Amino acid sequence: MPKLNMVQAIQSGLMAEMERDPSVMVLGEDVGREGGVFRATEGLQQRFGPQRAMDTPLAESGIVGLALGLALNRMRPVAEIQFDGFMPPAWDQIISHISRIRTRSRGRFGAPLVIRIPYGGGIHAPEHHSEATEAVLVHTPGIKVVYPSTPYDAKGLLISAIRDPDPVLFLEPKRIYRAVREEVPEEAYTVPIGEARMVREGKDVTVVAWGAMVREAERAAQMAASQSIHVELLDLRTLSPMDDQAFISSVRKTGRVVVVHEAPRTCGLGAEIAARIQEEAILQLQAPVLRVTGFDTVVPLAKLEHHYIPSPERILRGIKQAMAF
Amino acid sequence: MKGLFDPLVLEGVEMLQILHPDGTMDEGLRPKELTDERIQALYREMVFLRLADQRALNLQRQGRMGTYAPFMGQEAAQVGSAAALGEEDWMFPSFRECAAMYMRGAPMGAIFAYWMGNEAGQRFPEGVRVMPISIPVGTHALHAVGFGLAARIRKEPVCTIAYFGDGGSSKGDFHEAMNMAGVLAAPTIFFCQNNQYAISVPRQMQTASRTIAQKALAYGFPGIQVDGNDLVAVYVATRLARERAITGQGPTLIEAVTYRLGPHTTADDPTRYRSEEEVEAWRPLDPLLRLRRHLERCCLWDQEMEDSVQAYAEEKVNRVVQEAESFPEPAPEEMFLHTLEQMPGRLRAQMEDYLAFLKEQEE
Repeated sequence: MPKLNMVQAIQSGLMAEMERDPSVMVLGEDVGREGGVFRATEGLQQRFGPQRAMDTPLAESGIVGLALGLALNRMRPVAEIQFDGFMPPAWDQIISHISRIRTRSRGRFGAPLVIRIPYGGGIHAPEHHSEATEAVLVHTPGIKVVYPSTPYDAKGLLISAIRDPDPVLFLEPKRIYRAVREEVPEEAYTVPIGEARMVREGKDVTVVAWGAMVREAERAAQMAASQSIHVELLDLRTLSPMDDQAFISSVRKTGRVVVVHEAPRTCGLGAEIAARIQEEAILQLQAPVLRVTGFDTVVPLAKLEHHYIPSPERILRGIKQAMAF
Repeated sequence: MKGLFDPLVLEGVEMLQILHPDGTMDEGLRPKELTDERIQALYREMVFLRLADQRALNLQRQGRMGTYAPFMGQEAAQVGSAAALGEEDWMFPSFRECAAMYMRGAPMGAIFAYWMGNEAGQRFPEGVRVMPISIPVGTHALHAVGFGLAARIRKEPVCTIAYFGDGGSSKGDFHEAMNMAGVLAAPTIFFCQNNQYAISVPRQMQTASRTIAQKALAYGFPGIQVDGNDLVAVYVATRLARERAITGQGPTLIEAVTYRLGPHTTADDPTRYRSEEEVEAWRPLDPLLRLRRHLERCCLWDQEMEDSVQAYAEEKVNRVVQEAESFPEPAPEEMFLHTLEQMPGRLRAQMEDYLAFLKEQEE
């Protein structure tokens, strides 16, 4: 079995689905000839031609609106928005049309499309290349939101997303695109949308993370283990619909929980997770639900971004605060 | 010279060229204020800017700068347009306009500091009429239109200029800006540097229009295509557009046809999407080369002058790097300070908690 990093796993997933289903296609800025600025669509245009691996003019709203039209007429488009910070122009099409066409047509039309977006900080990029905006995505009814954290999950979740009858926003943690390699089957396989992954079991405190924060939380969990704190780490993998039973049953066991996200704190997903926990497990809680997050500021540039993004040390501090309560 | 626009606009495809690639000039079209001395001075700045751009690439490779978007090949478009502006005018740059920004008085050391990841570099000194770099492609022309309208409301003779590229002309906001500027007769220059590529996507895949300049016609104002590697043509077109703007005649679109000789950014490998032959074909059209040929032809250039220009450029670039690298490292508090004019209590609490964390880490 080949060992692939996350970009390669995504490329492999796209290749496998385009082989299997002639209605699957990719479109976006630089996805064709260039193979994507991160090389996630490498080789697709050579293999499937410029119509199914389509370079578009530079227009995010156009790309995403076009994808909806394609999807309405029985294609399975996978659109790419080059960086998270370029999402806002596309947002109008997502919120006004893509997320609503099923409701608007009373179920006659769905929008079986995928929008891939490299997201998040930690790569010393210019402005608008480091955003984490999951909260606004999850807040929008009518779309699914997926955040892989490993190469294996990325491929399996992407294939599930392509086959899904509804629109899926597929957020790729660009910071760890090439951080790890693992065995990824060459053939197509699926990882179900809506199921969290148990990263490590532990009895003392539950840590909930997703995307690039899973690795940071894992490091924090290792540091905690050396201080005899046993962390149960959950990788949500899908944020909408969210596998809340995974963390609620974990919290019932541990009684303590820390949510980690790199997005701003206020109205971040940590708040939603905390709400669900108190709705279903308030009597099992031995400490308030704590959050380790980015700040309520614009993501800073390279000189400061390491202060902004939660580090293993900050997560460990959160874990210890939960334990000390 | 006013009539200059008309045939170009109507046919929409003819490109204004005044300084030809062989260095000869249509003297009849040369504005008086563009004296030999002025041209020599602009050449000197272009040499400095070329060198600064190369130094930025080197700094990035040495890990001393972050991702950087070089402008090599586009010096005439940027220097010519910036030089034609009036003192009161305001510039709205995109991310590849370091040369134009510098010409408007933005300190190059600050610009470099910004590309080194220090936001302090984006706050230019008072009096420098340059907005911070806008990264989302084609979105900021609207701001130039609004800014210009505000000036008109107050009857100030101010023109605004928005820089963008061929890729930017595909964005909805660009068309909204053009349409509004046309309707409102905004004192705005839309300055497109058509450098032939939006990362990997060539100009002919960006728009089916024969030119970008002709897009202005649909919005009811003149568009003009100029040879973007011709300092004089760019200067003349911008000056005319500015005159239109400040005399209430409304906006103008200028398409400066040029070529990005370098990569899109330091993260880009252009060999994946264009041939070396193509790049080689553009090299003889290099704007610096053309200007030097002209100066040589007019006996305004000799080796001695070139040596002194090079010495000026090198000394200045060294100073710029030193200045950029001596920008103080930003303290973590910096991240919180500029979110709102007054920091809300909740944000202050986040800042204080983080500073406490840093202190704990030290212990």
